[in-house]
Amino acid sequence: MEKIIWAFIVGGLICVVGQIMMDVFKLTPAHTMSTLVVVGAILGGLGLYEPLIKFAGAGATVPICSFGNSLLKGALQELEQHGPIGVLTGIFKLTSAGISSAIIFGFIASLIFKPKG
Amino acid sequence: MVKGHQSFIFESKPVILASATSAGPFEAQGPLAEDIDLIHDDIYLGQDSFEKAEKLMLEGAAVKTMEKAGINKYDVGLFISGDLMNQIISSSFTARTIGIPYLGIFGACSSSMEGLSIAAAYVDGQKVKYVLTGASSHNSSAEKQFRYPNEYGAQKPPTAQWTVTGAGACLLSTQGNGPKVTGATIGRIVDMGISDPFNMGAAMAPAAVDTIEAHFRDMEIEPDYYDIIVTGDLGSIGHKITLDKLIENGMRISEKTYKDCGMMIYDSKKQQVFAGGSGCACSAITVYGHFLNRMRRGEIKKMLAVATGALHSPLSYQQKESIPCIAHAVAIEM
Repeated sequence: MEKIIWAFIVGGLICVVGQIMMDVFKLTPAHTMSTLVVVGAILGGLGLYEPLIKFAGAGATVPICSFGNSLLKGALQELEQHGPIGVLTGIFKLTSAGISSAIIFGFIASLIFKPKG
Repeated sequence: MVKGHQSFIFESKPVILASATSAGPFEAQGPLAEDIDLIHDDIYLGQDSFEKAEKLMLEGAAVKTMEKAGINKYDVGLFISGDLMNQIISSSFTARTIGIPYLGIFGACSSSMEGLSIAAAYVDGQKVKYVLTGASSHNSSAEKQFRYPNEYGAQKPPTAQWTVTGAGACLLSTQGNGPKVTGATIGRIVDMGISDPFNMGAAMAPAAVDTIEAHFRDMEIEPDYYDIIVTGDLGSIGHKITLDKLIENGMRISEKTYKDCGMMIYDSKKQQVFAGGSGCACSAITVYGHFLNRMRRGEIKKMLAVATGALHSPLSYQQKESIPCIAHAVAIEM
């Protein structure tokens, strides 16, 4: 039960940061999103994102910063196993399910609906 | 005849023989629905793209205008039109269909009054017997060109405005009965350095102030000369800035006589349109539909319509340029 509350608070706080970036700093939605991805990767690199996930669960895994963390984690894992080339092969390893499904479902949707509006 | 620095008096008083408007389903839910001649239930109008739908709405308004006036298109000497699309395709493609000699104009949302003033000048100066002018915009085609893809569903701040889906047209003639175009003031570009495309009202308000002041200075009249002074699409934010600035500069103008089409076309309590309506069709529908109808009924005798336009492009915005704005004023009297 405690974890659910923390998930609610931490997830909400990440969204608040995003909203402030758009409303106060006038960043576009695309810039906001990519900034959060980069922040997630940096936090992951500093070893801070994993403890956050342990602490807040879905509150930390669902927001987009988790994607940055996963990109970094995949790259580091492959780096250990295969050397420097692993940075390139590993970067999308953990996130390939998300990326591939975006492409595949995007393709299916474009067949059914009008892709260009 | 040139009057003052940037105004013109049309001595022969070109007559607006007829005007017609068309719009989509969202506008039909608004308070001006009764003044819209052609209401479409489908924002695609049965077409496979929003651009084609926009063209069809402009075509509908143009044809309906000629029909109301009882004038054959072969007798119309000139068609002057503008819209928001790249290379003004809605206007040019409409001109392709109706086959009238055509002048395409781009004044963004000021196109309606830019077109009307040029049309009046041709009727007054060149004695062209019939001149047709129109303007159109489509919410979905404008959103995707100027902001984000529709499907992306990007959040909008409260200063954003809702582009009107619709078109308006009117037919001017050297003679006949109806409201008369008596003068116009052509605006100068005013750029106060605002570069936020989600705050058009604030960007365009200084241009409206500049043109309104120029009009009264050039024409040597006071604001109480007009029963109504209406701006094109400043929305609630731009309307307030304009009114405050005019009063601050010493103009005797009240909230009762100064209105904005962007605040009239939708019901801001029921419809989520942020600061109000915008787009070429906003002023085209409100002025050519609502206000001209009220003039014909005798409710308004003298009107000054000031359409404002933001003359940026998606590219200039991406390159972080500020938004150059303009406003054109046209005086219409019954």
